[in-house]
Amino acid sequence: MLKCRTVWRKLAPLARASSTVCRQNVRRTGLTHGRLPAQVPAAHMSTGPAGGGRENQLYFLLVGVACVGGGVYAYRTVKGDQLRYQDRIDEIASRQEKFNTEKPDTPSESEPPAVEATETQVVPKPEPQAEPVPEPQAEPLPEEPSPPVPDAEVEAPSETTEPPLEEPVVEAPPEEPAEPHAVPVVEEVGESTPVSLKVPSHTPYLLIGGGTASFAAARSIRARDPGAKVLIVTDEPDLPYMRPPLSKELWFSDDPSVTETLRFKQWNGKERSIYFQPASFYINPEELEGTENGGVAVLTGRKVVHMDVRGNKVKLDDDTEISYDKCLIATGGVPRNLQVMERAGEEVMKRTTLFRKVDDFKSLDKVSRNIKSITIIGGGFLGSELACALGRRSNDSGLEVIQMYPEKGNMGKVLPEYLSNWTTEKVKREGVKIISEALVKSVTFKDDKVEILLKDGRLVKTDHIVAAVGLEPNVDLAKSAGLEVDSDFGGFRVNAELQARSNIWVAGDAACFYDIRLGRRRVEHHDHAVVSGRLAGENMTGANKPYWHQSMFWSDLGPDVGYEAIGIVDSSLPTVGVFAKATSKDTPRAATEKSGTGIRSESETEDTATSPVASSTPAPSVEQNRDDYGKGVIFYLRDKVVVGIILWNVFNRMPIARKIIKDGEEHADLNEVAKLFNIHED
Amino acid sequence: MSYCRQEGKDRIIFVTKEDHETPSNAELIAEDPDDPYEEQGLILPNGDINWNCPCLGGMASGPCGSQFKEAFSCFHYSKEEVKGSECIDNFRNMQECMQRYPELYPQEEEKESSPQAESDSGSASAAPSESSTLTPETDSTPGPDNTLPTDNQTVS
Repeated sequence: MLKCRTVWRKLAPLARASSTVCRQNVRRTGLTHGRLPAQVPAAHMSTGPAGGGRENQLYFLLVGVACVGGGVYAYRTVKGDQLRYQDRIDEIASRQEKFNTEKPDTPSESEPPAVEATETQVVPKPEPQAEPVPEPQAEPLPEEPSPPVPDAEVEAPSETTEPPLEEPVVEAPPEEPAEPHAVPVVEEVGESTPVSLKVPSHTPYLLIGGGTASFAAARSIRARDPGAKVLIVTDEPDLPYMRPPLSKELWFSDDPSVTETLRFKQWNGKERSIYFQPASFYINPEELEGTENGGVAVLTGRKVVHMDVRGNKVKLDDDTEISYDKCLIATGGVPRNLQVMERAGEEVMKRTTLFRKVDDFKSLDKVSRNIKSITIIGGGFLGSELACALGRRSNDSGLEVIQMYPEKGNMGKVLPEYLSNWTTEKVKREGVKIISEALVKSVTFKDDKVEILLKDGRLVKTDHIVAAVGLEPNVDLAKSAGLEVDSDFGGFRVNAELQARSNIWVAGDAACFYDIRLGRRRVEHHDHAVVSGRLAGENMTGANKPYWHQSMFWSDLGPDVGYEAIGIVDSSLPTVGVFAKATSKDTPRAATEKSGTGIRSESETEDTATSPVASSTPAPSVEQNRDDYGKGVIFYLRDKVVVGIILWNVFNRMPIARKIIKDGEEHADLNEVAKLFNIHED
Repeated sequence: MSYCRQEGKDRIIFVTKEDHETPSNAELIAEDPDDPYEEQGLILPNGDINWNCPCLGGMASGPCGSQFKEAFSCFHYSKEEVKGSECIDNFRNMQECMQRYPELYPQEEEKESSPQAESDSGSASAAPSESSTLTPETDSTPGPDNTLPTDNQTVS
């Protein structure tokens, strides 16, 4: 609501300006003088006793004809396009709301062109004054067989079919419809507007999917190919954003409007948005072709449904076709659901969240404030992070937070058992009720509660479920594109250079790629999306580099437990863990304070903050329990070679870990290798 | 004293500070600075600027990317006495462009990170706006991979 109002406020002056322009334009054509006063009730006119007569009659005749013409035209317009208009508006309203809040300026940009273009069509005879302005707008609209259709222009086509009718009253009606159009156009824009629906028919670089990998690729392409024109097509309404804060920092924010702003404060006070770039970074899709220095355009709310590899083009869900020179598929994935949940019925589905996107965060935040009990199914990264975040909240709100999973402990598939157990204890201390070794048998809705029946007979009653049971990579395009899908890991099968076919690359969660060191794999982490997106972007601009720089990942489970990891970190592999006693200086909080960033992978690449927080670290805690895994390094071995490393509460040493994995050597004594990390130091 | 135990396939070692004081005898393979596969720093082995360096944030790829590249290239290859003195126009163009996007290029003077390593304060007003891109709003590619700036690369 407020959004609409602010947008309206922004646009209103523009609308007024543009309608004034219209009016002025038409006035300049010298025909209005009779017109305007006609709007005013006759009583105001100084039709004095002698003042009437022929002049007035002519006057009224002109006005009458104008009105009739306008009326007929309007009637036709409304009748003719009503249906299409409504469909369009509905579609637009549903998908563009978010986009509009990000781009309040662009609607206003497309506004004047919209209105002025209207005039261009309707006033075919060169009216010298009117022309220069609409002219440039006519330029970028070469493709369309019909006149340009910025969405506001839905009614424009019908206008152009009207010329014969309009001839006699050519000047007057354009003004009339132009004005009312200015108003509905603005209203539309005020509601939830799509900035523009004009899609370029060809783009040199097409990126399918608008997530982290896509954005990283866009940046890479733009850096390497001067003046590159990049089009991102995403079915989400949002511009590219980063996902980790959705299950971490955003939950810890003190700001009550965080669900709107999506900004979060990191430990050191530095604030940032989850969006990689504000809307002003991007350009309008319709401007992409004409822009001199290139840019990145994002087409939101459109899904690519068909890919024609032979013809180098794709088709969107509204039948638009876009051809490309190079294409990146970065479609990510969709959260998996348990089969028992899908069979559970609508009442249960209504009370289930499959967490992945911004909208999921918003709705879960809202739901969690209004219920008494929430259950998270899944013990991996996402499930544990959400459990901790909600558990933290439960201290204030009395919300019961339950986490259930089939493994024995949190992160059971990642951490060796002893560490997994230790982690589980920590999670419990965050206020989470853990139900381990839980296999869900059925879920029903009864007595206003969701009942989860486990295979061993335990029954859990809760109000809402969050299912964090994995990600299904989105390979919908594989069929039409004829691309290979990997049967072991899922996802599109690509080579070491992330290439699927000649002009097609795949990056991010959806890419099953060949890692020269570690073998074929598919990685679902943020940094991998960045690394692989960057690499794909480089290769799309001719770099021909394989996946070589190993990506990392990290997780925090509360303020005491944080780790960074790299490589293959699978608990089924034999591990060697080297631990020291932790002091209170070794916590995730301290690490971010030192490095000045909450996104841990960044601390590697960007200099430390200029004003490091002078945290008063209390004296190192005394005498830790022997089996307290405060901090250390865990090596994961495959055939005696280290293929994965976890840095447990030890930070800013990722380059060393990366080096060890890259070398791929057999080390006789891993304690010696552990020495390289200096785990006792800060 | 270090203490070791085995839990199934997992081995756990606890070490004290003293245990780790002796230098490690683990062998690491020597790095090849010209390895084409490796992530490069700001300056490539052949002396060119690596526009894709994460240290630049979004500078080379944003709306003012081409102006930035021109200005920075001019500076980089400048052989003048006062480095970059002939590049004033380029930097002015860049600044004008950046002023058009205050959201992306906040106008405050923040001194941060690596482009500074290359360009000295001779590039005056341009430099601060360069570095200001590494503030939260614009630099927000989390963890673009790669090498710690200290990792050898020939930055300045």
